[in-house]
Amino acid sequence: MVELTYALSILCLLVGSISNLIAGFGIFHFPDVYTRMHAAGITDSFGTGLILIGLMLQTGWDGPIGKLLAILIFTLITSPTISYVLANTALKEQPPKTANTTHKKTDES
Amino acid sequence: MNVGESFNYWVVMILMMNGLYILIAHGNLIKKIIGLTIFQTSVFIFYISMAKVTGAIAPIIEQNTEQTNLLYSNPLPHVLILTAIVVGISTTALALALVIRIKRAYGTVEEDEIQDMDAHP
Amino acid sequence: MESYIHIIILCFLLLTSFAIVRMRDLFSIVMLMGVYGLLSASFFVLMDAVDVALTEAAVGIVISPLLLLSTLAATGRYEKKKRQQPFLALIVAVFTGALLIYGTLEMPPFGSADTPANRHVASYYINQSYAETGIPNLVSSVLASYRGYDTLGELFVIFTAGAGVLALLGLKIKSPKKSRSTVLPPSSMSRHHILRIVSKMLIPLILLFGLYVQFHGDFGPGGGFQAGAIFASGMALYAMIFGLQTTMRVFSRAWLEFFAAVGLLLYGGTGVVSILSGKNFLDYSVLSQSPTDAQHLGILLVELGVGITVASVILLVFMFFASHMTKVSE
Repeated sequence: MVELTYALSILCLLVGSISNLIAGFGIFHFPDVYTRMHAAGITDSFGTGLILIGLMLQTGWDGPIGKLLAILIFTLITSPTISYVLANTALKEQPPKTANTTHKKTDES
Repeated sequence: MNVGESFNYWVVMILMMNGLYILIAHGNLIKKIIGLTIFQTSVFIFYISMAKVTGAIAPIIEQNTEQTNLLYSNPLPHVLILTAIVVGISTTALALALVIRIKRAYGTVEEDEIQDMDAHP
Repeated sequence: MESYIHIIILCFLLLTSFAIVRMRDLFSIVMLMGVYGLLSASFFVLMDAVDVALTEAAVGIVISPLLLLSTLAATGRYEKKKRQQPFLALIVAVFTGALLIYGTLEMPPFGSADTPANRHVASYYINQSYAETGIPNLVSSVLASYRGYDTLGELFVIFTAGAGVLALLGLKIKSPKKSRSTVLPPSSMSRHHILRIVSKMLIPLILLFGLYVQFHGDFGPGGGFQAGAIFASGMALYAMIFGLQTTMRVFSRAWLEFFAAVGLLLYGGTGVVSILSGKNFLDYSVLSQSPTDAQHLGILLVELGVGITVASVILLVFMFFASHMTKVSE
């Protein structure tokens, strides 16, 4: 049983780290603000969340598991908020777009 | 010489020189303040590198363990750097307030334009 | 095998500082300073300096970029392009750097336990501090008890910085009259429902965490400075989302100036109480019968004074900067 949780935590840590690395490549490679936000925002909660879950699986019940859970909840709350703020500011500030970026007019903007 | 032995200190010196170069070569006042901040933080890294002992733990006495002869890292430079960080943020805040007033008085924060305005009033 | 992760973080720090040298967009540079602060805090954790890491995280990632951004909003965003390359500055910097690196060749190897820095007083603190003061966090005990004078001087420094900013930048927004209405002014972000809801969830937790760091600083990483910075950053978040006017209804300028002085008075008052009881300045043994209880009480009082002053001064400075954020174009 212990071996299973250990292997699972290693898997979570690896997948989380690789997804953060891919996010770094994405931020570098994507041409536009909106696409870069996709790379950063999705992988921010996903990768960091997986790393935290992997760490929680390793510590056992009498370790800092409560603190890791609090950090996970905090990350899951603030990371989408940051994506929202970035997207809203990008909508207002109109950074340079690529030729393929279109903007569908809605009622608010 | 082993790289792991003194790599920290070389990085500290290179960071310090980066800060010094920003301070003396760039004209924008805010950039100069940022250079000063980089200079200060490089000194923090220097002190904390000196305080680290290999195989030691953080300087908080472990009470629940049966191990004796636990090694602790040196707490004295930590105290000095705590003071230094707070003093650094105080001087940065005051310097930035001065920059805002300079901007209001001269209309610019570029050093050479300010000196021109002072020389030809 | 010992870990060399700190070498990777130092390389990141080098890259970030080189990027800061080369860039001209000051806004991006401020964001890079936030990254620099995060890397420094991670480095400090790896070097077992947990109190310093908490302080650097609270100050270098939150407060320093916040003040820089407030200044950038008043001045300009871009640095003017230089006409000629400053070769003399480059030569001076490289020459000084070479001399300094030559100086570091004489230093003892990193991590050894018998360097001059790690002998003498440090071994006394590590061996005797828990028996004399009764608190496990050696950094807090050294900061507040063994080196209490230095901390008092540091508190004076931050108080003077607050007073200096007060003298330089008067507050442009007057405190609103005591009105009964709870209607927010129209400038608050009525469209940003998400931000308002999330911040209403998080700000009480941030302030609670600041209180935790203040009072648990004797048993774990923490203390007055970190707590003051966290508290001030929570209130700065509130001010950014709900408007400066609304914040000043809770923390008016007069109250903040009063509390900045109260913290300093608490610290100095503990010292004066020691003098009035016949001992030296900041001798905590007058406060209680048993020596460890006296030290513990004295450390608690001075850390509370530090926390109150730091929180008030940082919030005051932020409010002064925020009231000047309209671009000065005259």
